[in-house]
Amino acid sequence: MPDLLLELFCEEIPARMQPGAAEAIRKLVTDALVERGLVYEGAKAFVTPRRLALAVHGLPAAQPDRHEERKGPRVGAPQAAIDGFLKAAGLASLDQASVESDPKKGEFYVARIHKHGRPTPEVIAEVLPEIIRSFPWPKSMRWGKASAKPGALRWVRPLRSILCTFGPETEEPEVVRFDVDGLASGDVTRGHRFLSEGDIRVRRLDDWLTKLEAAKVVADRERRKDIVLADAKDLALAQGLELVEDAGLLDEIAGLVEWPVVLMGAFDASFLDVPDEVIRATIRANQKCFVLKDPATGRLANRFVLVSNLEATDGGAAIVAGNERVIRARLSDAKFFWDTDRRTNASVPLAERLEKFRNVTFHEKLGSQYDRIQRIAELARALAPVVGADLALAEQAALYAKSDLRTEVVGEFPEVQGLMGRYYARLEGLPEEIAAAAEEHYKPQGPTDTVPTAPVSLAVALADKIDTLVGFWAIDEKPTGSKDPFALRRAALGVIRMVLENGLRLPLAELLAGRFGAGLSVTAERRRTGDSLDTVLDLSFERRLIETIAVGTRGITYEQAQEEVKARGTAFASEATADLLAFFGDRLKVHLRESGARHDLVDAVFALPDQDDLLLVVKRVEALSRFLGTEDGKNLLAGTKRAANILRIEEKKDGVSHDGAPDPALFVEAEERALGAAMADAEPVIAARLAAEDFEGALAAIAALRAPVDAFFEKVTVNAGAPALRANRLALLAAIRRVTRAIADFERIEG
Amino acid sequence: MIDPTLPSHMRPDRSFQGLILALQRFWADKGCVILQPYDMEVGAGTFHPATTLRALGPLPWKAAYVQPSRRPKDGRYGENPNRLQHYYQYQVILKPSPPDLQELYLASLDAIGIDLKLHDVRFVEDDWESPTLGAWGLGWECWCDGMEVSQFTYFQQVAGFECAPVAGELTYGLERLAMYVQGVENVYDLNFNGREGEDKVSYGDVFLQAEQEYSRHNFEHADTSMLLEQFRMAEKAAAQYLEAGWNADRTRHLMAQPAYDQCIKASHVFNLLDARGVISVTERQSYILRVRELAKACGAAWLATAAGGAGAPCGASAA
Repeated sequence: MPDLLLELFCEEIPARMQPGAAEAIRKLVTDALVERGLVYEGAKAFVTPRRLALAVHGLPAAQPDRHEERKGPRVGAPQAAIDGFLKAAGLASLDQASVESDPKKGEFYVARIHKHGRPTPEVIAEVLPEIIRSFPWPKSMRWGKASAKPGALRWVRPLRSILCTFGPETEEPEVVRFDVDGLASGDVTRGHRFLSEGDIRVRRLDDWLTKLEAAKVVADRERRKDIVLADAKDLALAQGLELVEDAGLLDEIAGLVEWPVVLMGAFDASFLDVPDEVIRATIRANQKCFVLKDPATGRLANRFVLVSNLEATDGGAAIVAGNERVIRARLSDAKFFWDTDRRTNASVPLAERLEKFRNVTFHEKLGSQYDRIQRIAELARALAPVVGADLALAEQAALYAKSDLRTEVVGEFPEVQGLMGRYYARLEGLPEEIAAAAEEHYKPQGPTDTVPTAPVSLAVALADKIDTLVGFWAIDEKPTGSKDPFALRRAALGVIRMVLENGLRLPLAELLAGRFGAGLSVTAERRRTGDSLDTVLDLSFERRLIETIAVGTRGITYEQAQEEVKARGTAFASEATADLLAFFGDRLKVHLRESGARHDLVDAVFALPDQDDLLLVVKRVEALSRFLGTEDGKNLLAGTKRAANILRIEEKKDGVSHDGAPDPALFVEAEERALGAAMADAEPVIAARLAAEDFEGALAAIAALRAPVDAFFEKVTVNAGAPALRANRLALLAAIRRVTRAIADFERIEG
Repeated sequence: MIDPTLPSHMRPDRSFQGLILALQRFWADKGCVILQPYDMEVGAGTFHPATTLRALGPLPWKAAYVQPSRRPKDGRYGENPNRLQHYYQYQVILKPSPPDLQELYLASLDAIGIDLKLHDVRFVEDDWESPTLGAWGLGWECWCDGMEVSQFTYFQQVAGFECAPVAGELTYGLERLAMYVQGVENVYDLNFNGREGEDKVSYGDVFLQAEQEYSRHNFEHADTSMLLEQFRMAEKAAAQYLEAGWNADRTRHLMAQPAYDQCIKASHVFNLLDARGVISVTERQSYILRVRELAKACGAAWLATAAGGAGAPCGASAA
């Protein structure tokens, strides 16, 4: 079976776009082929900085022939119908059609069309130009003379040549001829930019790979990565050092070289005063080099590994020397930043440093970073008792936590935010809790990141995330669909994980309402003139909350405005709280589902009112899940659902609720008496256990109802003739529903 | 390879001026007009009308020149070995971009003594954008042994107009390149004239005092009320010249370049104000927008001139 080889040779493709481009070319070409009846055995894409290539293995030489039967009009139909049929079937005259008959339709024409499949190269030559013209590069450009005209070819960088061959393994393949904006396909490519010369003629994949290798190009991206990693480790090992692996950097490097040559350089050991993370960030971000660790100390060594694209004639000495110079200059900068920060921190008190945040906008509608830090500090203090932290320490840690954002090091390397806070806090002799919180309050950064456990860190981390959520909720910037620009889902999940993994009791409703309502405690100040609402509102955060709900241009007095703001503010706070709580509920469901909990159980618990304590919700779900695993649980669930179903139907019919207490005097059958008694016994026990948050215990008490419920359904007719009797029995069913609803809404449970 | 016939003081790896002369000669050989720096303060070589304006319109254009560039905020009182508030860029503009632009660029590196068999030269993604000029392009920063030595851009848009055809722009950071080929760690140690001993003039001899003086000026003393006024005046003058330059049916423009000078002026004044720290974050954006509006209007005017490719000579239809 023949194979296809396609190579699009161009100027340097950005490293970050290469993996996506390889996947796109594979999918676009193979999909187009399959769509045209050309099924293949395998396909592999290749990408280097200068080429995007695809090999499709095991294609047929031509499309399969197509046989088609097309029914036409009846014999003697109007000429227009016959002409239409001939045209659609591609027939010259009726002589080419045959006549068939069936009992219903009588005699009618049939066209039998035999279409020969076209040779595969022809099909390829037809689909490729369009794929190339509309290739989904994240950013593309025009170039050269052709760009004078509209509609010129776009590519990621100028496209230089196209290689396209097709043929079986044993024969000389043919060049698939096509043309894209004047660029004709051929069987020629080029090797490494500096290590090879002239054109290379290529027949097929194996030939292409071998000749490129000889021309100093490793076409396979994964192989380039393997080479870099293995050589880097070897070099490190030879020096008794350990490579600090970095998958992201490795990916990027694989996109910057066609012929990786791994070299080692050094820098002055005095730079090791600078924290390891800063050295690493400097060397990685600016130079795309790996750093090395000394296994004896666990700290960085004054060595780095660089990956060049050249086998230099001097063995790489000039390249190493050049890179060392640049790294020296960069580390000098980093050291300068580090020294400056330490000097500043030592000489300028925190309060004064915080003042600088007044000029930094956090969000246009949410005030400055300064405002935000103050809010977080206030909230951290309020949360301190919940997490068991010292109030003053939590507040102080929150005030400190963002202070590194104004430092030189973080300004240069945003990725070390938090971490620098920790370093600087220690240098300033602050308590270790504050240093830890500076780093840990950003956690958890994602679903796999660890959650802070230290009380002070927790207080600040919770305050930070809750403030973010409340703020963006207040200005109506909630996530929609795939859009979540302020990472609010991540913030909510962070809160959820911190609460659950630390077993925190956090009554969210009250807390959130307090935050949303915080604006109301601030009295709008009367400005020098004017009584209208516009002029009395200041633009601080809390007042902005008021503003978002109450700004109008009507001329009302200050007092009226204040009253209205208060009223609307209260309504707004409760609405926003409910909405944000529902968001927490959704995120909790997603989280529990991902950790394997049944979504119907989560729904069943959330159906109850006032479920704002995440820890209790989860405890209920867990208890419920265990309960439903038992025989009693399953049967009781069935009984409860049966009761609820009957009630639903009857209550609808009667138009009244049967929720009143059953009257024991009206019990007739032994079974209903037994159930009534069991219920009367169980209800206070369940209530007591629920009050003690003993969900297992409450469910055990409910389990005791299984036998009387089962017996009741077996022996007692609910819809008795006498209305009083029927109502009393319905009330008994309602009692079952009520008792179980103290735990969860059983009707929402599946099974 | 460096021209072996050069006397040692003229070699690009021995003197700053030798480096400039080698580039001038290289690009002259490739058919560029060798222009002199534009006689106004600009932030980068791109502002020279030979790039900004000539990149617009259909007419072919090849030029190369040195452009002193001023970045008031980058002043470090002469204390930083790499940062300057005044430095030189070498600028090449080729329209339409030739198919072998990368090879030409590499040959120019060879001509100034960067042996491509010894040094690791790489094209690393870097998309260029100038918010004040309303311009953007795709290209790379060119690395030599891990150091960025040039910027390589295919202009896609300038002054808000699509480039048709696209021009290729090369910008060499001359001081950095010179430091590299001379093997010097501090910019002020660069050998300027290629002489040794008593006759030697270093970059510091020429520019250190200026860096100190201008840093004081840029950060501490530049007269902000004058500058604010100058910005307004330049903006107003640009609008005035632009308006006056249009012919009756607004098909031809007669004063695109004087108007563009005012746009350059406004841009530099803005940079000075920015360095003085009198522009807040929100204001900053609006200043940038105001300059961009001027640049766009100048671009539109330029496209209505002969050099901008408008069909008839300027005078012909200007009644």
